[in-house]
Amino acid sequence: MKILSRTYMWVVFALLYAPILVLVIFSFNDGGSLSAYTGFSFRWYGELFRDQVALQSLKNSFFLAASSSLLATVIGTFAALGLDRMRNRYVKGAVNSVTNIPMMNPDIVTGVSMMLLFVALGGMLGLGDVLGKWTMLIAHTTFSLPYVILSVMPRFKQFDKTLREAALDLGCTPAQSFFKVELPAIVPGIVSGLVMAFTLSLDDFVISHFVSSPDFQTLPLYIYNQTAHNVKYSMYALCTLIIATILVLLLAVNFAGSVGDRTKRRREALK
Amino acid sequence: MNNKLIELRSIVKSFDGEQVLCGIDLDIHDKEFVTLLGPSGCGKTTTLRIIGGFETPDTGEVVFEGKRINDVPPYKRAVNTVFQKYALFPHLNVYDNVAFGLRLQKVSEEEIRDRVREMLTMTGLKGFEMRKPTTLSGGQQQRVAIARALINRPRVLLLDEPLGALDLKLRKDMQNELKRIQHATGITFIYVTHDQEEALSMSDTVVVMADGKIQQIGTPTDIYNEPVNAFVADFIGESNILDGVMLGDKRARFAGHTFDCVDGGFAKNEQVDIVIRPEDVDVVPVSRGMLAGTVSSVTFKGDYYEIIVDIAGFKWMIETSDYVAPDEKIGLYIEPDAIHVMKKSEYSGKFGDYSTFSEEMEHLSDPELEVEEEVVSE
Amino acid sequence: MKQKRSLLEKAAAVPHMVWIVLFILGPLLFVLYFAFTDTKGSFSFSNIELLTSYSHIFFLSICFALVATAFCLLIGYPLAFVMARAKPSSQKLLMLLLMLPMWISLLIRTYSLMTLLDNGGLVNSLLTAMGLDTVSIVGTGGAVILGMVYDFLPYMVLPIYTSISKLDKRYLEAAADLGCNGFQTLFRVVLPLTVPGIVSGITMVFVPSISTFYISQKLGGGNFDLIGDTIERQFKYASTYHIGAAISLVMMILILISIAVMNRFSDGDGEEMIV
Repeated sequence: MKILSRTYMWVVFALLYAPILVLVIFSFNDGGSLSAYTGFSFRWYGELFRDQVALQSLKNSFFLAASSSLLATVIGTFAALGLDRMRNRYVKGAVNSVTNIPMMNPDIVTGVSMMLLFVALGGMLGLGDVLGKWTMLIAHTTFSLPYVILSVMPRFKQFDKTLREAALDLGCTPAQSFFKVELPAIVPGIVSGLVMAFTLSLDDFVISHFVSSPDFQTLPLYIYNQTAHNVKYSMYALCTLIIATILVLLLAVNFAGSVGDRTKRRREALK
Repeated sequence: MNNKLIELRSIVKSFDGEQVLCGIDLDIHDKEFVTLLGPSGCGKTTTLRIIGGFETPDTGEVVFEGKRINDVPPYKRAVNTVFQKYALFPHLNVYDNVAFGLRLQKVSEEEIRDRVREMLTMTGLKGFEMRKPTTLSGGQQQRVAIARALINRPRVLLLDEPLGALDLKLRKDMQNELKRIQHATGITFIYVTHDQEEALSMSDTVVVMADGKIQQIGTPTDIYNEPVNAFVADFIGESNILDGVMLGDKRARFAGHTFDCVDGGFAKNEQVDIVIRPEDVDVVPVSRGMLAGTVSSVTFKGDYYEIIVDIAGFKWMIETSDYVAPDEKIGLYIEPDAIHVMKKSEYSGKFGDYSTFSEEMEHLSDPELEVEEEVVSE
Repeated sequence: MKQKRSLLEKAAAVPHMVWIVLFILGPLLFVLYFAFTDTKGSFSFSNIELLTSYSHIFFLSICFALVATAFCLLIGYPLAFVMARAKPSSQKLLMLLLMLPMWISLLIRTYSLMTLLDNGGLVNSLLTAMGLDTVSIVGTGGAVILGMVYDFLPYMVLPIYTSISKLDKRYLEAAADLGCNGFQTLFRVVLPLTVPGIVSGITMVFVPSISTFYISQKLGGGNFDLIGDTIERQFKYASTYHIGAAISLVMMILILISIAVMNRFSDGDGEEMIV
């Protein structure tokens, strides 16, 4: 029974990874074919780094991810603060539901609805075709907001209100107590919201597909355009690099997490 | 007595239309150890929070050294608090927690270092400077909380059930420790607890509260020996409380017998409540007893037996060092000074009968458990 | 304590509120507007009426999404169950293995699957090498469904895994104590208690499946028009925004209804369990 279930698990994982592994292996294939391996080579990696379009999209992706995640984190953190202090339950509920719409809706609907807004507003205001860098920034900020709020909000909720009283008791003004005591407790939530927003922005294709223009391409858009036509083999190299980066990041986060766990466990043992 | 430090004048406070304090009048003197004692929901914590500045009274005045401070925010009061669950800042280590208040006062780092060291020595926390609060035991966290408050040299230290989360042994140690610290620093302590034993053993003055009102203010001995009503008599220690009539000065009739007692000043034939402590009743042979009854249960308590005796349908609790058997007929002898007479009050008839008494019931109505539940439901 | 709120605290959520009105509600209003107007801008039901000619696309998309979701559940639940019962030390690695594909772009994963299955791909080269006939997989409905299952399987496994591992071990012990064998425990205790995980897994697979366009374009070889493809075409190439908005609106309503039904279903089940 145990062997059977183990086997099942590893077979599913193997199938899940097979296509990715093949892609990675054949990115080092000198021949540039996906069926016949003719020899190990970094040829396509070299070509990738000479591909100005790919490099530019990489730059664009990071610019967009950095700016949209920062913007979403600032707006979202203030929103979480405001929502935490808000007394009107109905307003709070309404804001929360509207915020979460992009999380519930299929990406394609979010994408086309924003495209409609931009195109129609551009037309009404006589701006012509507004799609591009700025519409991408707005769209990415918008779909990141619920995730930022989702990771900051619980920190505000879990914050022990007596700590605020203790700070006042020891001589803090309300503003000082916010910065000295409450903010340090919120920061981990802000950081994880920022990281989440950053990765969501890097990864997004569907929404970008509708609100972008050819003169501002991100990495996913570049990959899409590549796969829509005749693929350059350097694309496999690009995908391999992306996968490697993700793997390293995940391992790093996991390692940091396990260190954190260990200290936590040590603390509990001391209690 | 020393001069008045804090005066509460007719304090009224409501939450969501429910009155939790109905006119509190209280004077607190310099260097005094005052305990607010009462069951959960009696308003003792709210009173403390009003002194700390975390709540504003609806009506009434809070006076500190002759000045009205109703609208002074907590951070401008010469008062510091040891919070119920300590409220140590989790992101700061022990040293920074203790130094927190001084840093806000812009005290120089050298002075801070000296004063923190002094404080940590006094509270027995030397060597824990760099530890985070979450790595400390409950008792150690308690000491950090005390050090963090005392280092600011407040005029008054407020303590909100500070020992509630500690186990019994540690609680006893900390009681002595707190008493010692209070003597050493000469700071006024206002201490909130629901534990009557704690209140009696630590305080100069005990303030017994119930239902948002002060029931009695007095020294621990006064409160124990001269309770003013059935509530106080029942809440402080064990009491048999009986309906009685004053036949005249120092003559009381209850339980079908007329007794000599030491209390006077009542009208002739006035209805009263009679309190008799379980340890003040002597068990004697039936022939020599003033009263006679049947033993209905016996519980061994270590240094004494706790027995329930049925006397004409009323169950008495009696503590005796000699064993008696269940169903045995015994006589009871009561000295005049063991009889305490109280005026009738709204609490008459609600307490002091042991007919439904059982250890489990007592345990279930333990106020500490209710406190725990409150915390969980928050 | 009722604290007085500072001006900052009162105003903190205002930028966010303005933002979501402009960029979440605003776009949805435009979808509504475009869906109910004609090209001249006057109110019209013509777009909605025209949708009848797209009914086969809706039908096909729903079928594909349902089949893919069913396969994900059938494959994913046992996987989640096995993962949750693995040694705690190896669970971390298993989680990593499950999360990694979720982080890799859908484009890359879909494309890598396509290259593997393509006529000139590795699978067919292997078949040829073994002296067998090649099979055309890409371009069939099966390939589209396979793509959906492959892409979205982790989204099914993750919530189920979470709800199984959160399950109080004492329930399993109690079931064993009362005489359940392994399978009976699974079907009578674990399965009913993990319904919320299943429901969120189904939602997380069904929604992207029904709205995808990349998978059907790559693995369907252009032979299958799904809702996503239709919408994409209206907006990216045909610029027929009005009919596109109408299709989007209907799909959105369809999905919201099915999410509501699913949540209702899992709530109802929860109550039953308590009773």
